[in-house]
Amino acid sequence: MNPQTPALLAEAATAATPGSGLVCSGLTKTYGGVTVVDGVDIALTPGSVVGLVGENGAGKSTTSAMIAGMVQPDAGTMTIDGEAYEPRSPGDALRAGVALIHQEIRMIPDLSVSENIFLGRLPRRRGVVDRAQIEEESRRVLRLLGSHIDPRRAVRGLSIAAQQEIEIARALTRSPRFVIFDEPSASLGESETARVFDQIDLLRADGVGIVYISHKLDEITRVADSIVCLRDGRRVAAWSTGAVAKSEIVRAMVGRDFTYGHSAPPERGAEVAIEVRDLARAGAFEGVSFTVNKGEILGVAGLIGAGRTEMVRTIAGSDRATAGEILVGGTPTTIANPAASIRAGIAMVPEDRKNQGLNLDRPGADNMTLPWEKHLARRGLVTRGVLERVARKQREFLDIRGRTDIPVRHLSGGNQQKVLLGKWLIKRPDVLILDEPTRGVDVGAKMTIYDTIRRLAAEGVAVIVVSSELEEVLGLSHRVLVMAAGRQQGILDRDQATPEAVMRLALRGHADAEIDAEN
Amino acid sequence: MTSTNEAPAPRLDDAAATTQKSRSTSTTVAAIASRIPGPLVGLVVIFVALSFMSPYFLTPRNLLNILTQISAIGIMSVGALLVIIIGGIDLSVGAVLALSMMSMGWLYGYAGWPFELALPVGLLVGALIGLLNGVLATYGKLQPFIATLATMSAAAGLAVFVTGGNPVNGFPDWFLALTTTSFAGIPLQGIILVLVFLVAAFWLRFRPSGRALYAIGGNEEVARLSGIPIRRTKLAVYTIAGLLAAVAGLLVTSRLDSAQPTAGGSDLLNVIAVVVIGGASLAGGSGSLLGTFVGLLIIGVLNNGMSLLNVSPNLQPVVLGAVIVAAVMTDRRASRAQGGH
Repeated sequence: MNPQTPALLAEAATAATPGSGLVCSGLTKTYGGVTVVDGVDIALTPGSVVGLVGENGAGKSTTSAMIAGMVQPDAGTMTIDGEAYEPRSPGDALRAGVALIHQEIRMIPDLSVSENIFLGRLPRRRGVVDRAQIEEESRRVLRLLGSHIDPRRAVRGLSIAAQQEIEIARALTRSPRFVIFDEPSASLGESETARVFDQIDLLRADGVGIVYISHKLDEITRVADSIVCLRDGRRVAAWSTGAVAKSEIVRAMVGRDFTYGHSAPPERGAEVAIEVRDLARAGAFEGVSFTVNKGEILGVAGLIGAGRTEMVRTIAGSDRATAGEILVGGTPTTIANPAASIRAGIAMVPEDRKNQGLNLDRPGADNMTLPWEKHLARRGLVTRGVLERVARKQREFLDIRGRTDIPVRHLSGGNQQKVLLGKWLIKRPDVLILDEPTRGVDVGAKMTIYDTIRRLAAEGVAVIVVSSELEEVLGLSHRVLVMAAGRQQGILDRDQATPEAVMRLALRGHADAEIDAEN
Repeated sequence: MTSTNEAPAPRLDDAAATTQKSRSTSTTVAAIASRIPGPLVGLVVIFVALSFMSPYFLTPRNLLNILTQISAIGIMSVGALLVIIIGGIDLSVGAVLALSMMSMGWLYGYAGWPFELALPVGLLVGALIGLLNGVLATYGKLQPFIATLATMSAAAGLAVFVTGGNPVNGFPDWFLALTTTSFAGIPLQGIILVLVFLVAAFWLRFRPSGRALYAIGGNEEVARLSGIPIRRTKLAVYTIAGLLAAVAGLLVTSRLDSAQPTAGGSDLLNVIAVVVIGGASLAGGSGSLLGTFVGLLIIGVLNNGMSLLNVSPNLQPVVLGAVIVAAVMTDRRASRAQGGH
């Protein structure tokens, strides 16, 4: 970092002229008709930290992407010290002194630490990379961060925490005046997160203006000098201090005007369809126990990274459990792979449609029949007639609008999702797991999918719905299981499952995970 | 190149159907041309051109000759296509051909086995090397390129080693009849070739286990989560590829009345060329036996034609290289025009 900069900044801070620092007003971004950020104001003052909070999908990441020049706002202005700031690219932003530290760490594992820090701008001396210079500079910046990583070693084999430090160092070599941390703690443990906070304190003392994004409220109240809360792309609340009661922030994140968008689910059956006892997968989640009755819809809520997807993937045999038991219809069942889960009557619609759900280059009909061809075959043959009959039935059942004899790629997101749902309903499962069943689909398709889930429950299918949309989980489910930090935090009945109650459990981070889980 | 592309699509409810219809009613020559697979156009062009350039080309005798010339390569291409559809590659085909041929020859000529026993063992050797390829690529977690590069090297070496580099000659008459017999003027080996293609095409198109190949090559994770037995299918495919190379080895041995340790040396190139010209993607998930058969005919007709025209054997591979590039480029353009994005 340039040694003069902090001093200059400190002066600017004391001067406190109106419009000093980075001021964003009315930032707006629309994607395909959906406004994801709507008129957001944020001001960054040198030497202070703004905590940016909100639920998944509230618009935090899009806002930070606009400030860092990765996407351009459709409306709104940004100024730095009163002068227009209109970055067209991350490079523009860096030149103006704005750096973003990404949530996902992007390193080239076989290059050295210093090469990663200077990636894309390696200084040359007589035509070759000036290693001495980058190593010295890297060492200096890393020491500033209190890190002892050897800049000459390869990144491969370093911990995530160490890589996070390198990522921060990379930003610091640009001598930024403003730094955005986009959920840096998502993949860090507690002590590692504490290190990041120490580094943020250092930057703050140096006069850097910081945005810290997180949905872990403990972290926000620990590090922020002021807090901005987003909900549905709008700035719904702001506090000029970091000392805000967590319950107050939660209320702002969830919104008091929340209403259930759906009618009550159909009556559930009395018979247990699936029971999970103390299920765990090392490194991903542990201590998950629940039952789902026939005709019951169990919602699974939690923040990104809480272990929800990992948990349902294990039940469906996508990953192997390392401990615990699964009983299907009362019978202990070993689910070693997806084929075993399908045989046991468990079907899962995975969260990643493109990489786990569908083969986009194959027709919809072939995608849907894939798991069932041995059963569907007539005299051992899967003929065009078989495919067409199955496809027609699923098109009607799920209101799939579009052809199923052309590659799925050409269908809309909503219809692709219906094809994916149809694939797992060709043979009625006893247990249907849906991971983010309405991600990236339009409102019409959403309603169809909700109706289908209800209809299946009415038929007696036990349904497990994982969703990051709280409203979806609360609207559909008989009961809601909440996870945080890889642990089951509690199961709420429908009448207890208010947004506040769910969020309170979901925000139990590392700090207070030990509190009684019997809530 | 998926099996469902070409048939007239049943009419459905939606906008997609209407655009499809209006596109096909406003048929222009270009639109029709873009729907004919590139390789087929190439084949016709080459065929017509050669008919004019050489008086011998378009004679029944020569055409049947082409059929016998391509039968061994063709049978190997079927195995290669299956492997390529699942996203793999088999570099060992030529070497497997040589080794299975030489183990059969050694058992018969050196160890004194009755030929009726030596022959199935030769086929078994081919299948086992294929199985080894599959084991290395699945349980061994080696990239198929590397696994089959290794077995290619080993099999080629063993093929020379078993007899100390000597060929084995003098096989039973009934075995030689394999490549001299004709039915209604059609050589038996040509019939075998077509049968292998038909059986494989049937498997790929109608049988669940064959259709799973496209699923595995298209997106292995999707296939796995759909309960497809990935490893078992891959093992089967590599084993079939090895077995078919051994079958091709039988034909070559019968034709030459000799098991040659260096046979199959140049086959790998031709086999991959056939599959690629036939429209399969080395990325996996696509390819058809119809396309591969067209690719096979292009290679066969081209080689035959160039010999008739006295093109130097040293220049023939140059032409082959140019044809590969031309075929894949036109095919990609055609599929882009069809795909519509």
